[in-house]
Amino acid sequence: MTALPATTEKKLGLVIDLDTCVGCQACATSCKEWNTAGYSEPLTDEEPMGADPHGSWLNRIHGYEVKSAEDNTSRTVHFPRSCLHCEEPACVTVCPTGASYKRVEDGIVLVNPETCIGCKLCSWACPYGAREYDYSSGVMKKCTLCVDRIYNETFAPEDRVPACVKACPTGARHFGDIGDPSSDVSQLVAERGGFDLLGAFGYKPVNKYLPPRPKAHDNGAAAAEAAHAETISSTPPEARLEKFFAWADKVLSR
Amino acid sequence: MSFEQPDVALNEPSADEIKTTTCYMCACRCGIRVHLKDGVVRYIDGNRDHPVNKGVLCGKGSAGIMQHYSPARLKAPMKRVGPRGSGEFEEISWDEALSLATDWLGTVRADDPKKLAFFTGRDQSQALTGWFAQQFGTPNFAAHGGFCSVNMAAAGLYTFGGAFWEFGEPDWERTKYFMLFGVAEDHASNPLKMALGKLKERGVKVVAINPVRTGYQAIADEWVGIRPGTDALFVGGLIHELLRTEQVDLDYLVRYTNAHWLVIDDPGAADHGLFARDADGNPLCHDKTSGGLKPAGDADITPALVGTFDVDGRKARPSFMHLAERYLSPDMAPEKVAEQCDVPADTIKRIAGELAEAAFKGEIALDIPWTDTHGRHHDKMVGRPVSMHAMRGISAHANGFHTCRAIHLLQILLGTIDCPGGFRYKPPFPKPPPPPLKPFGKPGTIKPNTPMGGPPLGFTAGPEDLLVDAEGTPQRIDKAYSWDAPIAAHGLMHMVITNAANQDPYPVDVLFMFMANMSWNSSMNIPAVLQHLTTKDPATGDYKIPKIIYSDAYGSEMIPYADLILPDTTYLERWDCISLLDRPISEPDGPADSIRQPVVEPDRDVRPFQTVLLDLGARLGLPGFVDEDGAPKYPGGYADYIVNHERAPGIGPLAGFRGEDGATYGKGAPNPDQLKAYIDNGCFHHHALDESHRFYKHANAGYLEWAKSVGFVGSTNPIVFQLYLEPMQKFRLAGEGHGEIQPPESHRKRITANFDPLPFWPGHADGGAPGGDAASEYDLHAITQRPMAMYHSWGSQNAWLRQIHAENRLYVHRKTAADRGISDDDWVWISSPIGRVKCQVRLMDGVNPNTVWTWNAIGKRRGAWGLDHDAPEFKRGFLLNHLITELLPAREGGYRFSNSDPVTGQAAWYDLKVKIEKADADAEGQTAPRFEAAIVPGMVKEPAE
Repeated sequence: MTALPATTEKKLGLVIDLDTCVGCQACATSCKEWNTAGYSEPLTDEEPMGADPHGSWLNRIHGYEVKSAEDNTSRTVHFPRSCLHCEEPACVTVCPTGASYKRVEDGIVLVNPETCIGCKLCSWACPYGAREYDYSSGVMKKCTLCVDRIYNETFAPEDRVPACVKACPTGARHFGDIGDPSSDVSQLVAERGGFDLLGAFGYKPVNKYLPPRPKAHDNGAAAAEAAHAETISSTPPEARLEKFFAWADKVLSR
Repeated sequence: MSFEQPDVALNEPSADEIKTTTCYMCACRCGIRVHLKDGVVRYIDGNRDHPVNKGVLCGKGSAGIMQHYSPARLKAPMKRVGPRGSGEFEEISWDEALSLATDWLGTVRADDPKKLAFFTGRDQSQALTGWFAQQFGTPNFAAHGGFCSVNMAAAGLYTFGGAFWEFGEPDWERTKYFMLFGVAEDHASNPLKMALGKLKERGVKVVAINPVRTGYQAIADEWVGIRPGTDALFVGGLIHELLRTEQVDLDYLVRYTNAHWLVIDDPGAADHGLFARDADGNPLCHDKTSGGLKPAGDADITPALVGTFDVDGRKARPSFMHLAERYLSPDMAPEKVAEQCDVPADTIKRIAGELAEAAFKGEIALDIPWTDTHGRHHDKMVGRPVSMHAMRGISAHANGFHTCRAIHLLQILLGTIDCPGGFRYKPPFPKPPPPPLKPFGKPGTIKPNTPMGGPPLGFTAGPEDLLVDAEGTPQRIDKAYSWDAPIAAHGLMHMVITNAANQDPYPVDVLFMFMANMSWNSSMNIPAVLQHLTTKDPATGDYKIPKIIYSDAYGSEMIPYADLILPDTTYLERWDCISLLDRPISEPDGPADSIRQPVVEPDRDVRPFQTVLLDLGARLGLPGFVDEDGAPKYPGGYADYIVNHERAPGIGPLAGFRGEDGATYGKGAPNPDQLKAYIDNGCFHHHALDESHRFYKHANAGYLEWAKSVGFVGSTNPIVFQLYLEPMQKFRLAGEGHGEIQPPESHRKRITANFDPLPFWPGHADGGAPGGDAASEYDLHAITQRPMAMYHSWGSQNAWLRQIHAENRLYVHRKTAADRGISDDDWVWISSPIGRVKCQVRLMDGVNPNTVWTWNAIGKRRGAWGLDHDAPEFKRGFLLNHLITELLPAREGGYRFSNSDPVTGQAAWYDLKVKIEKADADAEGQTAPRFEAAIVPGMVKEPAE
C-alpha cells in the first residue's frame, strides 16, 4: 500500500464553475488531445469507427436535469468530472505498487505507468469514478493536471495551465493553488461558495465546484414598470393607440 | 515506508514547430496554433492573439486532429463507372479529372451557361466561387445560406444594413441585458460562449428564448420555453408593452430611422403604401417648425411622428403610425399572444419592463466625442445597454424573415443599434439597407461563352430587380429572385436537386457542388432526393441531372451520387482567405480578415478545391482566370490569387498589409509578401478603428468617411434604418395588380399576403400538413438542434466526437409523453404527411410541451464516413429530414411552392409538424427507415462472411 506525504507544499487543483459550463466538451477533447501525446501512455480509442466507440478520457461532461427541492422547478446542469486530486486519496493508499502517488510539492495525484500493474484497485477505491483503465496499454489513466504543461518552461507563462483551462470557452475552469488562501482560485471559492464534491465522504478533494449563481430573475424592473404602468393600465386596449399617439406627438428635433 | 517519487519530464516542448492558421471545424473561424512534432500534428490550441477566440477553443476545434487523420478522407480523384448510387468508381489522375470537368463545363458554357448549376455548400470562399460563376456566365450559383440563415442576413441587411452574427454582435463588455433567440450551437460558437461567461460574471441578466433548454439556455437566468415559430408574437407582445407604457426612444427614431417618413395613403393607387418623395426622390416628412413638408433627411427640423398630412392633394402619414397601429393592436397584447406562444402574459410584461429599465434607466455615456453626418459635434457616446442575438431557431421558419425583422424593430425602438451596450456593427458593415448590389441573370443576358455583367447574388428592391421572364418564369434553377422567393439573397440550394430533376424551370446539364451533403442531412425528404439523383429521362436515356461533379475531403453520403469526385484537402493542408469581400471575421472595434496556411502537406492525391477551381477557370479560358495570352493568371493556385487578384483597383481578397511595402490598409497595390506578413501576424489582420468611429457608425461622419476611403461604402450618406420596408410594399403592389411586372396568378395571393412592409405573424406554416395547423392530426412541432461537439455531417467520422454523440434520441416533454402512454426509453414512430421514422425517446422537463426535438445530423447512412457496418449512427441514429417535405402540397392552380420562406426562400426546416405513437417493442432496437448502404469506395466495412 502506498503512503501519502504528510503535507504537500501546494494544493494545485481546478475550480469548476457550474454556473457557466454549457457542456460544450471543449475541456474533454482538449484534454484528450493534449494527453494522448503527453505525459504517460497515449489515451487509446477502442473501435474508433465501430459499433461501440469508446476510449480513455481523463475528463467527461455529464448533463442533468435537476429539480429544486424548494419549489420543484427543473434546471439543466452540466457537470464536468475528472480527478479531484484529493488530500486523502483512497486511490493512492490502496495502490499495491506505489504507482499511484500524491506529489509532495503540489499535491497532484499521478500514476506511474512504469510501475502500474493494472490491478484496478484504485478505480474501485475512487468514489468519483475519475480513473479509467486502458485495456490496450494495461495501465490506469487519470487527470495529471497537465503536469507536463503547468511548469513547462518551453511554454509562454500564460500557457502554463492545464489544457482544459486554456480551452474552456466560457471561462468555467480555473487553475491554481487552493492551499493558498490568497490565490485567485481560493478567493473565487470563498466568494462563490465553492464546495467539495461528496465532501461527506472525507477524501478532501482539492478541486472545488462553484454552484450555479441564483438566477437574476426579477431585478426590480417589474416593480418599476408596474408603477409606471399603473397610470396607463386603465386604458382599455382599443384606446391604447390614441393615448400613445398623444404621447408620441412631441416636438422632436433631428 | 518512505516513498520516492518518480521523475516526471516537466519541460518537454509541445512541438518541433508551432504554426498558426484558422480552424474549420465549424463556421466560427477561430485562430488556432498547430503543434507539429516529427511532421505530425500533435496538438491544436487557440491563438490568444486572435480576435475571434482569444485563445480558447471549443470541443470541435480541439478534436481537429482526428478530422485531419480521419479514415473517411478521400484519397484520389474518381470517376463513376457503375450506375449512379452504386458506389462503383475508378480512381483517375488529376489530369484526367480536370480534362473531363473542363470538357463537361466547356460544352455547357458554349451552349447555354445556365445549364451549369454551381452550388458550394459550406464554402468560406464565396468571393472566389461567386466570381467563377459570374465569369463562367451562369446565374445558378449560391452557397448554403439559403438552407441555413438567409433570413437573418436578409432581415438585418434590409432593415439596418447589418445582421446578427457576422455583421454585428452585442457590446459584450457594456451590455446590461441580453436576449438570445433560437440559438443552440449554431454560429459564433466561441465568441458566444466567451461572452456568456463574462456576462454571468458581471451579473448581467441573460434571457434565452428557445423551445429547448440545453447548452446556453441552461445557464441563462431566464429560459423562455417558447412554442416554435411564434417568436414574432412574443416580440410583438414586448413591443406592444413598450409602446403602451411609452418606453421607446423617439429621439433615436427620428434621427436614425424612417419613422417620420410619410407613407402615401391612397388605397388602390399604384403608389399606395410607398413613401411620399420630392422631385429628387427624397422621402418627405412633416416638419412641425415650418408646418410643411421637408426632405426627411434634413437636419434641424422637427419631424412629426403622428398626424395625417397633405402631399399634393393626397393623404400621407408617418410610417411610425403604421408601426404603432400594428403593434398596439389588441392582437399583439400580451394576453392575446400568450396562449399562442406558450409564454405567460405576465412574463412578457415583466420582460418588457426589464428591457425598458435596462435601456432607459441604465443609460450609459462614454466620454468619446464624435461628429454625426449632419456635422454636429457630440461630447459623448450615449448608450442604451440592451443587446440581442438570434439565429437558426428564428431563421429556419417560413416566417423567419418577418420574425427576425420584428426582433430588429425591438432593438431599434429601444434605441440600441450601434450604441454603447447595444448591438454593434462589425465593419465593413453597416451598408445601406439593402446593399446596392443587384443579382444578375435577367432573361436575355445569359449568353454562350460570355461572363455575366455582375455577380449572381444581390439584393432586390422591387419587381424590376427580379430574375423572371414576361410570364414570371424563374430564370434560376433554384427559383431565387423569382416570385417564389423575391429576396432570395443567398439562393435556395435545398431546391436545386429537386428542380433540376423535375426540369423545373428548365433542365441543367452539370451540377457542380462543393462541401454539402445534399443526398443526406442537408436535404429535405431524402427518399425523394435520392430518386431525383438517379432518375433517368426516358427521352434521352440519361440521368435527369446528367452530370454531377462533387468536391469534398470526406466520404459522405453524397459521394456515391456524383459522377466525378474532386477530392479536397483538409483544413490543415490548404491556403484560404476569410475575406472582407465575403464573410469576414471582423469585430465591432475594427474589421479583420484572416488566412489559412498549409501546416502539413497532403499524404495523398488530393488538391485544395479553390486551387482546382482556378485551374478549371484557366482551362476554360474564363476572363480573369487567364492573362492576355491565355495562360493561367494564377499559376500558383489559390495563394497566388489571394495575393494578386484585384476585384477593383487596389482591392483584393485581403485588406491588410497591402501596397508594395505592405504598409497600406484596405486599398493598395498587391504586396508579394502579403501572405508572409499575415503568417507573421498569426494568420490574421485586425484594423483598429479610431475610437471616435466605434459607435453610431450608421450616422458617424468620421467613420463613414473612413469606410468610403477603404471601399466599404460607396457614399458618406447616413444609413437610415428601415422600420417600414418599402421594397416589400413594391412587391405587394405588383401582387395587387400594379406595374408592368406582376406575379403569375398562382402567386398573387402569396405575394400580397407575405410582402407586408411591417413584420407580422402569418400563423403557423403548415409545413406540408394537409388541413392547416389547427385541424391537423400532426399536433407536435418537431425541431433539431446542433450539438456543441458536432458540426453537421462532418462530426461522425471523428473518432473522438463520435464517442460523445454516435446516436440520438427524440426528446419529449414528460407530460406530453405521459398523455400518449409513452415512457422513457420507449420506441416511437414519428409521422408526418410524407413519411415516418422510428426512434427511441428520452423524456425531459426542459422542452416546450408542444415540441419534440433531436440532435441534428447524427443519423448516418451505412457505407459512408468510413464507419463500420454496425455503427450506432446507422442503427440508433435517425434524421427528421425524411419527414420534412421539400415541396408544399399543391395550391390553387396546382402550383407547388417549395417549403421555404415566401420572402427569402429560406428553407423552413423548423415548420415540421408530427405526431408520435408508441412503437411495438423491437427486438433489434433499431431506428427506421434504414437505407441500403451508400457505398463510398474504400470505406465499405461489411461484416466478414
